[in-house]
Amino acid sequence: MVQLLTEDGHLVPDDRFGDFAPDPATYPGLYRDMFLIRRFDQESTALQRQGQLALWVPLTGQEAAQIGSGWAMQAADYAFPTYREHGVALTRGVDLPNILRLFRGTTNGGWDPREHNFQLYTLVLAAQTLHAVGYAMGIQRDRAADPDAVPAAAVAYFGDGASSEGDVHEAMVFAASFNAPVVFFCQNNHWAISVPSEVQTRVPLAERAAGYGFPGVRVDGNDILAVNAVTAWALDHARRGKGPVLIEAFTYRMSAHTTADDPTKYRASAEEESWVARDPLRRLESHLRATGTPDSFFTDLEGEAVEQAARLRKAVLAMEAPDLSHRFGTAYAEPHPLVQEELRQWRDYEAGFAPADEGGK
Amino acid sequence: MPVMTIAKAINEGLRAALKDSPATLLMGEDIGALGGVYRVTEGLKAEFGADRVVDTPLGESGIIGTAIGLALRGYRPVCEIQFDGFVFPGFNQITTQLAKMHARSDGMLRVPVVIRIPYGGGIGSVEHHSESPEALFAHTAGLRIITPSNPQDAYWMIQQAIDCDDPVIVFEPKRRYWLKGEVDLITPPGNPFAAHVLREGTDATVVTYGPLVPVALAAANAAAEDGTSVEVIDLRSVSPMDFDTVTASVQKTGRLIIAHEAPTFGGIGGELAARVSERAFLSLQAPVMRVGGFHLPYPVARMEDHYLPDIDRILESLDRALAY
Repeated sequence: MVQLLTEDGHLVPDDRFGDFAPDPATYPGLYRDMFLIRRFDQESTALQRQGQLALWVPLTGQEAAQIGSGWAMQAADYAFPTYREHGVALTRGVDLPNILRLFRGTTNGGWDPREHNFQLYTLVLAAQTLHAVGYAMGIQRDRAADPDAVPAAAVAYFGDGASSEGDVHEAMVFAASFNAPVVFFCQNNHWAISVPSEVQTRVPLAERAAGYGFPGVRVDGNDILAVNAVTAWALDHARRGKGPVLIEAFTYRMSAHTTADDPTKYRASAEEESWVARDPLRRLESHLRATGTPDSFFTDLEGEAVEQAARLRKAVLAMEAPDLSHRFGTAYAEPHPLVQEELRQWRDYEAGFAPADEGGK
Repeated sequence: MPVMTIAKAINEGLRAALKDSPATLLMGEDIGALGGVYRVTEGLKAEFGADRVVDTPLGESGIIGTAIGLALRGYRPVCEIQFDGFVFPGFNQITTQLAKMHARSDGMLRVPVVIRIPYGGGIGSVEHHSESPEALFAHTAGLRIITPSNPQDAYWMIQQAIDCDDPVIVFEPKRRYWLKGEVDLITPPGNPFAAHVLREGTDATVVTYGPLVPVALAAANAAAEDGTSVEVIDLRSVSPMDFDTVTASVQKTGRLIIAHEAPTFGGIGGELAARVSERAFLSLQAPVMRVGGFHLPYPVARMEDHYLPDIDRILESLDRALAY
């Protein structure tokens, strides 16, 4: 397992990926994003508990895997997330409150994917891995047609649970067959809701890549320096036309699967505590403090997180769903007579009620 | 006007689309050197290259899923599913992803993917090679479903499907692939989602689509010999469905018979019957009759002649409607 930063915050060399390790000047920025996304996660959980969100999907514990891989992407790369990639969304410039629109129930999307090269969350497990491969096949064709086109790669996010889905297999077969510029980024967070990763696989997931004929790397998913370096290497590999890579980020879902989950029913607290010692934020903080980062850096971050939370609460409370006619207008890209007819019927029906202020609906 | 088979007309339509735009590409199993199991893509790989006529690995979910990704990158993929019964490994990608992505993105994303599926029975084949699953897809909002019944429509409807910004499934009547007809290569036949009245009549309306169109026309000829005037409508599009053309016909004839190979239960005919009942109830002189498959898994080849709607089954329903 690749590691560049030990659990107690010491740097360790790596012959294969050391050249791709992030510049120490970026460490404060990496830490800042991890810190802010964890606080975003906590605030979102609180908003769910207050009834402002229907559901929340926590990411705590996976900050290094997400922020580290996100920082390795370039503007022209394109990420295909599951529904837990809030940290990647942050690195792609998605305004964080927009992530909550889906969970508040005002949209199934929330942002313009083309603006961020960050696809919408996909809730059917592993479906997006094929979209990433197809997108990468498109990049290939664009570059064949125009040698000056910007080199780019797609990144397919999925988890240890989704690795059992057939779509992951087909995605890897297609990616290998066409040598597509795609990086499969698997966050092995050990738990698919209540089922441990041992039920999904007998071997480290990274080893599966060998069966498809491309490199697989297991990286310490709680070591942001290692994640960033390995992802940068993999993206470089893909952009250069050398084909796909599978990265298994070995990490841990420190919180529940969602706010509807109860981990006390299926896993021991001793296991959870063992991962607290491997907390991704703690180890980079140890390193930053040991290398002279002033306290003011951390206190400023605290202030930033408080402001972020206030902004988030305000934004969420103001989020309203559009009228149902919006759905009629976005089911099809081109006019559809049945949808138009049913919209007319629905409007006529609604118009039959007295206005709300006169006791109607 | 040139005369060609439906298979050749689709081939020419695909050729025209590939020439028309570098964004168009074909993908599927065995569609390259072999030209597909029905040879519909014959010669296209040689003409346009392996990057535009793509022999994929054997995985229907992979075909549809990667087509979605290509469409997100600006391409217009045309996927071939080898047989009707083999579409189901791709059903998840079609119904949960392809159909919903435009709505999911609040209208921002377009996924103009075309899926070609040879469908229907009557070819004496093995299990999964003779099915008519159109109703399963028609029930999913976000998809369009069309089915040409003649070479002229086949040539144009495949191109119109590719031009459409919505996902379109083109069900191709496989037992009619070798049906010949004239194709006007200059003038398209208009809206691909509109039904066509193929034969005018006054006593009853027979609505059908795809492989049963020639059967319905033959039934109408037989009925004419008995002095009954039957109007025949080729629905052409299953979703959206052209209720207006059918309603206008029923208002004239007063009787409606709907024929399709798919099982009648939960099928397209039931939907059409309900809509016409709402729109033309007082014009109906008999209940709407349906002629279709039974609520059975598609039977083995040596039974299928008794399962598939034929001229006599349509005439029998016609008689019941007239006698009501």
